[in-house]
Amino acid sequence: MDNFTPVSALAGGALIGAASVWLLAANGRIAGVSGILHGLVGGMSASPPGDRWWRAAFIAGLVAAGFAWHAFADPAVPGEMHFAPLALAGFLVGLGTRVGGGCTSGHGVCGLGRFSARSLAAVMVFMATGMAATFVMRHVL
Amino acid sequence: MISAFGAGLLFGIGLWLSGMANPRKVLDFLDVAGNWDPSLLLVMGGAVAVTALAFRPLVRKKQLTFKDAIDAPLILGAAIFGIGWGIGGYCPGPAITALSNLSADVFVFVAAMVAGGLFARIVSPAGPGA
Repeated sequence: MDNFTPVSALAGGALIGAASVWLLAANGRIAGVSGILHGLVGGMSASPPGDRWWRAAFIAGLVAAGFAWHAFADPAVPGEMHFAPLALAGFLVGLGTRVGGGCTSGHGVCGLGRFSARSLAAVMVFMATGMAATFVMRHVL
Repeated sequence: MISAFGAGLLFGIGLWLSGMANPRKVLDFLDVAGNWDPSLLLVMGGAVAVTALAFRPLVRKKQLTFKDAIDAPLILGAAIFGIGWGIGGYCPGPAITALSNLSADVFVFVAAMVAGGLFARIVSPAGPGA
């Protein structure tokens, strides 16, 4: 556990929570990143016309945060994973979050914050299959 | 729109500060059989500590409604998402903010993630069950 970083983890987590509260208070929206992305790229035809704008703004803020972080804190480091497993991983993340209606932010940060049993079930399932997949990738293959 | 940008910015800074924008750190959490890094638990704990205080009154005030059924799509979707998460170490938020790395592998991941979401829409046109 020499890689454990409790202080930055808690502080960063609190910022993530504060950002989620902010989006709910100011925009009346749930900060579920997968839902925001799916609504942006494949929105429902019934969605109001302005629905894409706040989604695009949130995504732009996320990307801008990365550029700011690289400018003032740690520079970007090149990736170290192969494209094929990453493409598979990305496809499964996109598919699964759409079918399951949320990810680590929507079900995790926001769903657990309102004590949703549905979100707790989702979190337990994706933690379990995530640990299983990582075990296979790192210790079996 | 400006408030949504600000929320995304703060969310992203939280991801970088917490280390969650680094897929290796996420995989070190998921790798319970390896050199386990429990940091992600504290990230989730810190975030939920904040949302737990403010969310319920805000949800009432905004009159938002949510699904509460624990049904097959929820479990199946979460299981599929978890497998992808465990392979790549990216969930949607970190992947999007890591686009700023300008590294080809993140673009591959995000493009595949968008494709996976569109594929799900074809398979289940009713849309996301959030």
